[in-house]
Amino acid sequence: MSQRLIHSIVVSGLVLLLSGCHLDMYDQPKNPPLTSNAFSSDSSSARPLPEGVVARGHARTDELLYTGKTQGKFSVFFPFPVTERVLRRGQDRFNTFCSPCHGRLGDGNGMIVQRGFPRPRSFHNDTLRAEPPGYYFDVITNGFGRMYSYAASVKPEDRWAIIAYIRALQLSRRVPVETLSPDERALLIRNNP
Amino acid sequence: MKVVSRASIVAFLLVLALLVWVGSSIYRAGYTTGVGVPREQPIPFSHEHHVSGLGISCEYCHVSVTEASFAGIPPTYTCMTCHSQIWNTSPMLAAVRTSAATGKPLTWIRVHDLPDFTYFNHSIHVNKGVGCETCHGPVDRMPLTWRVNTLFMSWCLECHRAPEKFIRPREEVFTMNWKAAGTEEGKELVKKYGIAVQQLSDCSICHR
Repeated sequence: MSQRLIHSIVVSGLVLLLSGCHLDMYDQPKNPPLTSNAFSSDSSSARPLPEGVVARGHARTDELLYTGKTQGKFSVFFPFPVTERVLRRGQDRFNTFCSPCHGRLGDGNGMIVQRGFPRPRSFHNDTLRAEPPGYYFDVITNGFGRMYSYAASVKPEDRWAIIAYIRALQLSRRVPVETLSPDERALLIRNNP
Repeated sequence: MKVVSRASIVAFLLVLALLVWVGSSIYRAGYTTGVGVPREQPIPFSHEHHVSGLGISCEYCHVSVTEASFAGIPPTYTCMTCHSQIWNTSPMLAAVRTSAATGKPLTWIRVHDLPDFTYFNHSIHVNKGVGCETCHGPVDRMPLTWRVNTLFMSWCLECHRAPEKFIRPREEVFTMNWKAAGTEEGKELVKKYGIAVQQLSDCSICHR
């Protein structure tokens, strides 16, 4: 066996061992989301928009959709038609973001409440039932009492979907059985033996 | 003399093979990849408690997972949504309160860190039926979070070459401990979600 061959085996062996070293391209000098950066005062690489800046195409001009109000008053209307799809989305978002405190039934007995969070009002009380959709939008957006704002977690369209679902929950408690169709009644009996 | 030199060549090759084996073992060991090693965090946050114990959905905190490349680490504000009222004097959460008071974010230690030369997007995976647990494992049973997969390219390719073995209906993406009903469903979902399997192992899918 030639000297040369042995050399090449040794070198390729060492190169193989080096395959574990991957620092230059592995950690590139860039800022992926939510990395730290000593340059900023809060040490975060993500910078908030300066006050008053609106990204192109993101101007929130629709008062109803983004504030829940029309001419400064809580709206009694939804900004878009409430379809079954909207309700399903609302159910999904409600169960994700609201049910921890408000409970899946909206009665204010969610798991976090059971663990000591002050109990919120039930959606089924007469005061809350009488509030217009815009009121709920305002609460989700700006918070209420001990409830923090959910504006950062839930998009405006989803907030409306949640409100539609809350309306469905409220309705579900007060529907006289006589007004149901035979099919719906059968379904009710099947689901609640 | 010839025997000695032959033997030394053989011995050298054996030693080299041993070195390669040891090297690759170290490379694949949890010590190097972080698999199965709970990561120390500034606050001992328990996914197990919040997910299994309280039933909080993944999306409650990781809000951008269905829409962005990054699933999102919750701001301190999200923690304080509950912890302004409960456990609000716990010494364990002192760092959360300090962060809320000063506006200085908590510095969590990354558990899953892909190399910067790979392009990865959470939303496309979640929307095409890759469950959280498919990559992140049983997070709902992790008191401290650890990695269950190496994130090696070979691991990514297992699914990119045969997604039908791994994907689930979109509605089940956040479900933990989900079991596939059969092998047929995966194939149907690949078709239904328009997953172009033949493109999934192209270099530029992940390296762009």
